[in-house]
Amino acid sequence: MSEFTLSDFSVARGPCDVLRDIDLTVGAGEFVGLLGPNGAGKTTLMRAALGMMPHRGRSTLSALPVAERARRAAWLPQAREIGWPISVEDVVTLGRLPHLARGQKPGGADRAAIDKALARMGLEGFRTRIATQLSGGEQARVLIARALAQDTPLLMADEPAAGLDPAHQLGLMDTLAAEAARGRSVIASLHDLGLAARYCTRLVVLWQGGIAADGPPQEVLTPDLLARVFQIRAYVRQTDDGPICQPLGVV
Amino acid sequence: MTRALALVLTLLVAALFALSLLVGPAGLSPATSLAALIRGEGLAETLVMREIRLPRAILAAMIGAALGLAGAAMQGYLRNPLAEPGLLGVSGSAALGAVIALQTGFAAQFALGLPSAALVGAVLAVGLILALAGPRGGSLTLILAGIAVSALAGALTALVLNLSPNPFAASEIMFWMMGSLADRSMTHVWLAAPFIAIGAVLLLVQGRAFDALTLGEDSAASLGVNLSRLRLVLVLAVASMVGAATAVAGAVGFVGLVVPHILRPFVGARPSSLLWASALGGAVLVLAADIAVRLVLPDRDLKLGVLTAIVGAPLFLHLVYKTRAQGL
Amino acid sequence: MAPLTGRSTLACRRASRALAAALAFWAGAAVAEPPERVASINLCTDQLAMMLAEPEQLVSISRISHDPNVSVMLKEALKYPINHGQAEEVFRLNPDLVLAGQFTSSYTVGLLRRLGVEVAQLPIVNSLDQIPDAIREVGRLLGRGAQAETLAAQFSADLAALRASPDSRPRAALHYANNYTSGDKSLANDILTAAGFANIALEAGLSGGGTLPMERLVMLMPDLIISGQQYPGASRSEAVLTHPAMNALRDRHAGSALSDAEWVCGTPAVLRAITRLQEAGE
Repeated sequence: MSEFTLSDFSVARGPCDVLRDIDLTVGAGEFVGLLGPNGAGKTTLMRAALGMMPHRGRSTLSALPVAERARRAAWLPQAREIGWPISVEDVVTLGRLPHLARGQKPGGADRAAIDKALARMGLEGFRTRIATQLSGGEQARVLIARALAQDTPLLMADEPAAGLDPAHQLGLMDTLAAEAARGRSVIASLHDLGLAARYCTRLVVLWQGGIAADGPPQEVLTPDLLARVFQIRAYVRQTDDGPICQPLGVV
Repeated sequence: MTRALALVLTLLVAALFALSLLVGPAGLSPATSLAALIRGEGLAETLVMREIRLPRAILAAMIGAALGLAGAAMQGYLRNPLAEPGLLGVSGSAALGAVIALQTGFAAQFALGLPSAALVGAVLAVGLILALAGPRGGSLTLILAGIAVSALAGALTALVLNLSPNPFAASEIMFWMMGSLADRSMTHVWLAAPFIAIGAVLLLVQGRAFDALTLGEDSAASLGVNLSRLRLVLVLAVASMVGAATAVAGAVGFVGLVVPHILRPFVGARPSSLLWASALGGAVLVLAADIAVRLVLPDRDLKLGVLTAIVGAPLFLHLVYKTRAQGL
Repeated sequence: MAPLTGRSTLACRRASRALAAALAFWAGAAVAEPPERVASINLCTDQLAMMLAEPEQLVSISRISHDPNVSVMLKEALKYPINHGQAEEVFRLNPDLVLAGQFTSSYTVGLLRRLGVEVAQLPIVNSLDQIPDAIREVGRLLGRGAQAETLAAQFSADLAALRASPDSRPRAALHYANNYTSGDKSLANDILTAAGFANIALEAGLSGGGTLPMERLVMLMPDLIISGQQYPGASRSEAVLTHPAMNALRDRHAGSALSDAEWVCGTPAVLRAITRLQEAGE
């Protein structure tokens, strides 16, 4: 069974539908890049699918009880909020909450998941640092580690690469791709077409309330689609170093 | 670290509770006090210890705990260190509810009329503040909403007291706005205790939800927190505790601001730990303040809120300055 | 234009009368003309005026004389129109004498005097001995000296008959709202002394009025607790009167009595307070 299935899925904001009749299934091992210009409904699609916004149609996730959903899907919102000066380790430990019964303290398995998540994001040395005193990029990595520690079959992230330096952007995409390769499903909204082309196994392009394209990067990132949806022209090539998509100018 | 903090705070509460029992104009020796309190030796001594000092000490601890916990919970929910029942007009609205109940005779009609009416006043205020402040309580909105609610509640309280046929009522606006534990009795303990206990339990079991909210509403929801239920619990629990506390002691401000602020570093800023720590810390602060008002001006009924404001207001200004610097 | 003219003639008339009175005083005239229109703006002067004034002479009394909680002469008082003690309304009554208390708002008194109204401020009565003087003073002001003399003599005789001087005095505590009490040099202290009690406030070293913390009151273990009266509506100040500690003290040790309107003013009504207290002590 797929963790993420939307059928006849629509979301309204006021009188207008932001998303209409979406059918989308993401299977295990897929790293889906959710693309689309500003306002295309990427965030809306993910939040509504999680049941955080009212919607019509069916979503496997929003049908779940809240506690169960938290064990199936981790969600990394775009707003990187850390409200209190708690330690990095405490932030990441929050990812284990769905797995703990009321009043239960984190045990060995939880510790292991936390350590692994910290290690993947290169944060071993940051454990005891106060999260709010870190740089923006470091905070972003801490929050990604929190989502990883949640250890769910599905990981959804809203623009996780925004604000990271190139090395950490690449590192993050490597990590997400590796998670997918381990059998998880990963859905991330992205603006960087180059990163999307290189790391994602599948791209879904949202445009005018529907899915404009859905498929492997080389099939989706056509000059026609880029011009129609993004109003850009780009250099797209399959190279020895993998696919490259470099926007060149506005159409 | 947190275990040591719990121990220290508990010892402080115990010590101040004992001290509170020993301080008073009757000038009883500790041995006499103890004999009167426990064994009931001497009619006058027993009345002083059991009917005057014991309820005062219990109320100080209880009300302090309620206000500290309510402050920590509101801050945790709004992720804003400026949130506090007194500053946001919750206490003031509770006082209005209590005054209306007293002056209309509703309080005299059934046993829990007074705290219930205060609770209703507090629910309206918390509900209004949360509705105005939105999910992420921006400091400016929060403070402005608080000013408006406080001012309105204060004015209406003054109006109700002025309309009272009782010549003393009008001069009691000070009590309702500043709070005092002078000459309260066991009756008041029993009036407030159930409301405060229920509110405290409701909030203390929500520790994890407050922890998860550190990362914002969306993240908390994705971690399994039922936000609408949490909001409902928060409104009812805070109103229940602040309402009951205010109904018997008047509006004591700043406790919910000062205590979480001081204790936050000691619990690694974890909102869940801050809840119980602030309950204990609030008890410490109000017990200490209530001992201080009796030592500073033994013959006058110096209001509790005067002391807590002297400690709290500068801290509040400091926090305003800090949040401004952060551009919130 | 008409009202203005009316007011100025009024002011002239009053000024001329004040001038006449001053001249008469200056000339050492033994008896001034008794005032025809007297307004009282104080509860205690209301009572003395009602006892002494000629019919029609007293044109207005203060609002609180109509309050059943504090007025000892309610039935009598209901015959008179009331005022709220404000200069404007009192001035409009066109009185040639206003009776006020020592602590009546100095703004009101000052304003009335600037408007040319004669205001007599009677001192607060702090002891039973001052009551005959107060009666005589109001009698003199109203031109009712003979009546006042009779009333004062009657009061002195009644008081002498009532006054108790027992060998051992039961100890009484005056307990008012906010734990307020009265020490010596107060009318209340005189009343309970005349009734044969000793005031515990003196043991606590209080002189005049002041607060006696409930703890200390309880520790002094009075034989009688004289509580202040409770007014309608609720107040936290009065809650101390029925505090569980006080109730327990009354239940298990002390007698109880009520201090009410009869204790407030230095008028012959205090005799009833003394009588009631003596009954409570028995």
